[in-house]
Amino acid sequence: MNKQKEITETIAKIPSGATVMVGGFGSPGTPFTLLDELLRQGQDRLTLIKNDANEPGYGIAKLIEADRVDTLIASHIGLNRQAVGRMNSGQLRVEFYPQGILAEKIRTAGAGLFGFLSDIGIETEITDPSQIIEWQVDKSVTKRKLKVETALHADFALIHAARADHFGNLIYTDSAINFNPLMAMAAENVFVETFDLQAPGAFPPEQIHTPFAFVSTVVQVDLSPEYELMEHYV
Amino acid sequence: MSKPERPVRTERILLRAAQEIKSGLVINLGIGLPTLVPDYLPDDFDALIHSENGILGCGPIAKRAQARASLIDAAGHYVTLRSGSSCFDSSVSFSMIRRGRIDLCMLGAFEVDQSGNLANWKIPGKLSPGIGGAMELAQKAKRLIVLSTHTDKHGRPKILERCRLPLTAPVCVNRIITDEAVIDVTPDGLLVQEIAENISAEELQNHTEANLIFPKTNLTGTSGVRRFK
Repeated sequence: MNKQKEITETIAKIPSGATVMVGGFGSPGTPFTLLDELLRQGQDRLTLIKNDANEPGYGIAKLIEADRVDTLIASHIGLNRQAVGRMNSGQLRVEFYPQGILAEKIRTAGAGLFGFLSDIGIETEITDPSQIIEWQVDKSVTKRKLKVETALHADFALIHAARADHFGNLIYTDSAINFNPLMAMAAENVFVETFDLQAPGAFPPEQIHTPFAFVSTVVQVDLSPEYELMEHYV
Repeated sequence: MSKPERPVRTERILLRAAQEIKSGLVINLGIGLPTLVPDYLPDDFDALIHSENGILGCGPIAKRAQARASLIDAAGHYVTLRSGSSCFDSSVSFSMIRRGRIDLCMLGAFEVDQSGNLANWKIPGKLSPGIGGAMELAQKAKRLIVLSTHTDKHGRPKILERCRLPLTAPVCVNRIITDEAVIDVTPDGLLVQEIAENISAEELQNHTEANLIFPKTNLTGTSGVRRFK
């Protein structure tokens, strides 16, 4: 039951062309060390699913700048001008979803379901008429027009947890929670990095955010400068 | 409260916007002007700021000694947490928004129109960094206030008869606060509630594409309309 593995063999399981979910909202919760290993190993034609594109020189921005990403599925990439430039020049395909809809599409996959109904963006250009159905929401006579949102699956998820045990029970912290627990449930193979790896039993059971059944592998990583305060913001 | 020097137009918007923040409200402040509003609140203000990356109860921007690398708001600032705050995942955060639990949201705008339509996420061919949380906030906040300069940097009106840019959400704006006026979106049209003290009603109308309604007055007078600094 010990899911701790070395980072090299863990990331080597990701083939070129894979769809990979990456935790994090900006820097907090981004699995920087796992991403650096993916950069080092050279996999390409990746489809990445992350809220944003990190900031230039950080996290998935390095993979994008190294031409290793075909498609990015995100909600907002405004903090990464290089990624916006690549999108505008056609080098990077970007699919945008409203942030909470992106989260919910991932959560839905993680819940073993296939879709949900929503009214978000229904009267805007992000909605195609083919996505709309009429549905009897309650006992009222008139049906409502609602948008079918499908689940978003992935082959792999790269997760940053504040703490983990050898079983793969995970605890996140602060605003580094964000998409991590959702992605940890949604992907087929879930690789987790943490600074703080403990023996099972170290954490109060009711305080575990992601139970170990969802987790494939845990990698212990060291604190590196990417995880520290970004100077231009303090 | 200490804050950086800001242009007069910006300060005027932020000072007026801060008056909208009442004790006990759950508030979300969008990227741009809205995230600066807390600088203009008293230190002991008692509103709960929601940040869509997963915080309810953001405190002031963190000083270096307080900042934690794992704790930012949705605009990317290192923030503090006030007592009674909570942190949660993105699904819970947007459940709070879609469920209608955000009492007041302030957003920036490229364009806003007389029906309360809002365009603030995309300028086709020029700027399309993504939707972020804007659509869900605009569509679902109980009250939506737009903060914007009255005209763009070329002096062109931003308050239009009808938005020309892709919409963030239709019929969602309740109030518009600019450096020139406070305007409510009503079923009859745009009702001017307050005018900045250095501007006449006629000038205000000239800076606005949509027709403005001035209560108990005509275009040359401003009796009945409050002035603000």
